Order: sequence, then structure tokens, then C-alpha cells
Amino acid sequence: MFKDKAIKGVFVGMASTSIFIMLLIFVFLFKEAFPFIKHPGLSSLLDMKWVPVSFQQERFGLLPLASGTCLITMLAMLFAVPVSFFSSIYIAEVARPMEREILKPFIELLASIPSVVLGFFGLIVLAPLIKSFFGLQSGLNAISGSILLALMATPTIISVSEDAINSVPSSYKNASLALGASRVQTIFKVVVPAALPGIIAAVMLGAGRVIGETMAVLMVTGNAARITANPLESVRTMTATIAAEMGEVPFGSTHYQALFWVGIVLLVMTFSLNVFSQKILKKYGAFK
Amino acid sequence: MVGQEFSNNRAIEVNSLNFYYGDSQALFDINIAIPRKMVTALIGPSGCGKSTFLRTLNRMNDIIDDVRLDGRIMVDGDDIYDSKMNIVTLRKKVGMVFQKSNPFPKSIFDNVAYGPRIHGTKSNSQLAEIVEKSLERSGLWEEVKDRLDDSALGLSGGQQQRLCIARALAVQPEILLMDEPASALDPRSTTKVEDLIGELKKDYTIIIVTHNMQQAARDSDHTAFFYEGRLVEYDETSNLFTNPKEKQTEDYITGRFG
Repeated sequence: MFKDKAIKGVFVGMASTSIFIMLLIFVFLFKEAFPFIKHPGLSSLLDMKWVPVSFQQERFGLLPLASGTCLITMLAMLFAVPVSFFSSIYIAEVARPMEREILKPFIELLASIPSVVLGFFGLIVLAPLIKSFFGLQSGLNAISGSILLALMATPTIISVSEDAINSVPSSYKNASLALGASRVQTIFKVVVPAALPGIIAAVMLGAGRVIGETMAVLMVTGNAARITANPLESVRTMTATIAAEMGEVPFGSTHYQALFWVGIVLLVMTFSLNVFSQKILKKYGAFK
Repeated sequence: MVGQEFSNNRAIEVNSLNFYYGDSQALFDINIAIPRKMVTALIGPSGCGKSTFLRTLNRMNDIIDDVRLDGRIMVDGDDIYDSKMNIVTLRKKVGMVFQKSNPFPKSIFDNVAYGPRIHGTKSNSQLAEIVEKSLERSGLWEEVKDRLDDSALGLSGGQQQRLCIARALAVQPEILLMDEPASALDPRSTTKVEDLIGELKKDYTIIIVTHNMQQAARDSDHTAFFYEGRLVEYDETSNLFTNPKEKQTEDYITGRFG
């Protein structure tokens, strides 16, 4: 009896570790960010400008950073989702075994490229292309960053949704084909709906990667903290802000605390993305 | 070999059919004529080619890589392996029920409506009518009429199999291929499916693969015995079971092997 309880205790302990760490992160973030509430007050986070170092007035508005992250994420998903969706269908359902053998390792290889290296590629190849294509002064802007991020998200989305598509039982396909459905009808009316929860999860994972990515966006988005919906302008994301400024900020200063608020907002954003995707999974996965 | 009375009324006629998976031959020189609106049972030990044969009849083998076939299969006088044959037309005419029930992860209604929808029926009232008729035909209507919008996966195994039969019926086939449709079911559900087969043969030509000798003897009008890729014997069921002409058939139906 005692042994059973002890073993159970060990398992519960292990399983709770991640929850515990999650809580610790929250506590730690809030602890560092807390004094900001008294001075200069939370309302200053709603400022329209982020000017953390200034001789006149320091401003800590998160909106330009949040809008930068949103713009980049949405653009990146706009590029990545259609490409990944059709690639995963092709690899799982259409490609011959030989093509699959070639395609899959390359896609996985793409996932293993360090983001700094992709950042180099963005700086040297992509940004100049974007610059000359749109006739801009600089290629370091939202669209360059999001293309790069799309590149990073694509392998994740492809391999997770390909798994989802592959795990659709072949009996569904057989049933559909035997009813006289074409291959395309079978894919879009049976296979994709059955795999949809997995595909949505894949997209959310990809979006999570995009929101959290730091290095590449730091290198190619131009890092101008401004509110814009124009993909051809420079923007700055929340992650890039933390990465760029954390090293130089005086410990415990208002600026330091503001950076922690950036972290908290980022965490809340990814957290709600997860909750949202769980909701979708539940709704559309009802027949699973 | 087969009685004269239906020779003019053949649903399917197979001539010198050979079938290969890559280099290995699975069917050898099959010749058989299957009568309309009767139940024909295909029996034989595992791996004898009966399921492979069944799948040549609606070209379901086409989806497997590296298969080859020669010979001729006529369904209603059309050579189904002719390049002009439309596979959609063929599969609409020759429906199939699988060994393991395989409803889609959709509602009961959407399962039955799937076939008519892909073949272009859009009107909801028409679909509702087809769904009701098909479910009635498969004896499931009374059990599910109040929960058509529930997931088909919530049905019992036997109900799921009858749903699959209803789904196949919804595209109005003439021929139904059944690959051991009751082998995964409990005895009561098996009886229901068997009764259903007896009902359906009034309107459909049914070809059923079975491992179960009693089932073949009970349900079918004609029986074909396959062994090692060859059609050993084909006769009226009563003759084949009481008076087999081939030694192998006799050994098999008396349970000496298989």
C-alpha cells in the first residue's frame, strides 16, 4: 500500500513539474514588473509610442510592439498556411513513395536551420530582393520578416498536418472511393475534415513559433517601433524589443520593468492563442 | 457448371481473369458468371484470392500500387477495364460494404447523404428522402430516426455496419459487394445483417465474401469456392454443400482445412 502511494506521489510530482514551472514564470515576471504599476502606472503601457530612453520623456507604449507582432504573425501565416496545407496534402495523399522520400527530409532540414542563419539569408538575399521589387529605400520591413518567419513555420505546419492526414484511417478513403467519389473529392470531403483538428493544431503550433521567434525578426524587420498595417514599412516585434534592449537596460529601472510587461503581454497572447485553438479543436473535433 | 435458368440474366461475367500483385500472381484464369438479383457467396481459406476477386469487380484494386490484371470483366455488358469505362459510373453501379464497418466521422445523416451529395444531389428535401429510404432499407431507420444529427461513431458495431449498407444503397447501386460484412459482429448483429441480405437480394445482385460456412449455406443461392487463387468449384449452394464435385471443396466444407 505504502509503495503504491509513494510511486503515485512520484508520478504526480513529475507531472506537476511543468505546471509548477509555469507558475514560477508567472510569479517571477510579475515580481519584476510589479513596481511599474505604482509608477508610472499601467495606463502608460497604452501609450502610442515606445521611447524607453529619452532626455525629455520616456514612453512605454506597448501598442507599437504588439501591433508589430500581430502584423508579422498574420502576414507570415498568410504565406505559410496555404503553402503548408497543400504541401502536406500532396506529401500525404498524392506523392509517390519516391517523391515522399525526397520531400520529407528536405522539409525537416528546413526546420533544423538555426534562425540566425535564416536571418543572414534574409539580410543578404531576401531584403535586397524585396527592396528592388517594391522600389523601397530599405528591404528591412514587415514583409521580409514575415516571409522569413513563414519559412520557419512551414516545416512545423507541414509535418504536423501531414501526420494528421496520414492518421486518417484508410477505411474512410476506401469507403469514399467505393461510393464513386474521385480522389480529390475524397481528400477534401473525407480526409481533410477528419484531419482538421490536427491541421488546426499544426497551424497554431506554427503561429506559436512565429510569435515567439526573435532572432530572425530582429535582423530583418528594421526595428522601428511604430503602429502600421503596411507590410512595406519597418516594424518591431515584442520579442525583438526584449532581445535588443534587455542587455543594456539598468537593472530595476522603469525601462527594465516595462520590458517585463512586454514579456507578460507576450505570454498572455500565446496563452490565449492556445486556449483559442483548444476551443476550435473541441468544436470541430466533435466527431473524432 | 451453373444451371441454365439464369444464363441469360447475368449481372457479371468474368473471362480468363488473371491478377498480379507485383510479381506474384493472386488470381489464375477465373471464369465465372454471376446471376442477377441473387446472392453469390465466395468462400475459401484466407489468402485464397476471394477478396482480391471481389475488389476487381468495382476496381478497388486500382488504388493499390503495382497491380496488374488481364482477362475481361463484363458488368451489364460493359467491359469495366476498358479505357472508356468511367470508374465513377462503375462504382455507383457496384457498391461495396467492407469487413470492418467504416462510417465517416460525420453525422448519421451526412454519412448516408455523402454518396448522393458527391454525385450532385443538392436539394435538402431530396437528400432527406434518400436518407430515410436507405436507412429504412437497411433496417436502421426506426433505431436512428430521432438522432440523425448524432455522430455515426456513437452507434453500435452492428448498427454501424447497417449504416454502411445504407450508405452504399443511397447511391442506388445494382450490385452490392460485401467483404465479410458480419465477421466483426456479435451473433445478434450478424443475424440482423444476414436477414438484411436476404431482404436486399430481391432488388440487388449481392456478392458476399465469407469465412463462415454456415452463413454461406444459409444466405446464398450460389457459392464459389476459391483455393490458392483458382476458382475450384462454382455451383448452386445446395449442390455445392451437399454434393461437391471436387475433393478440395469437400475437404474445405467439411472443415478438414482452412
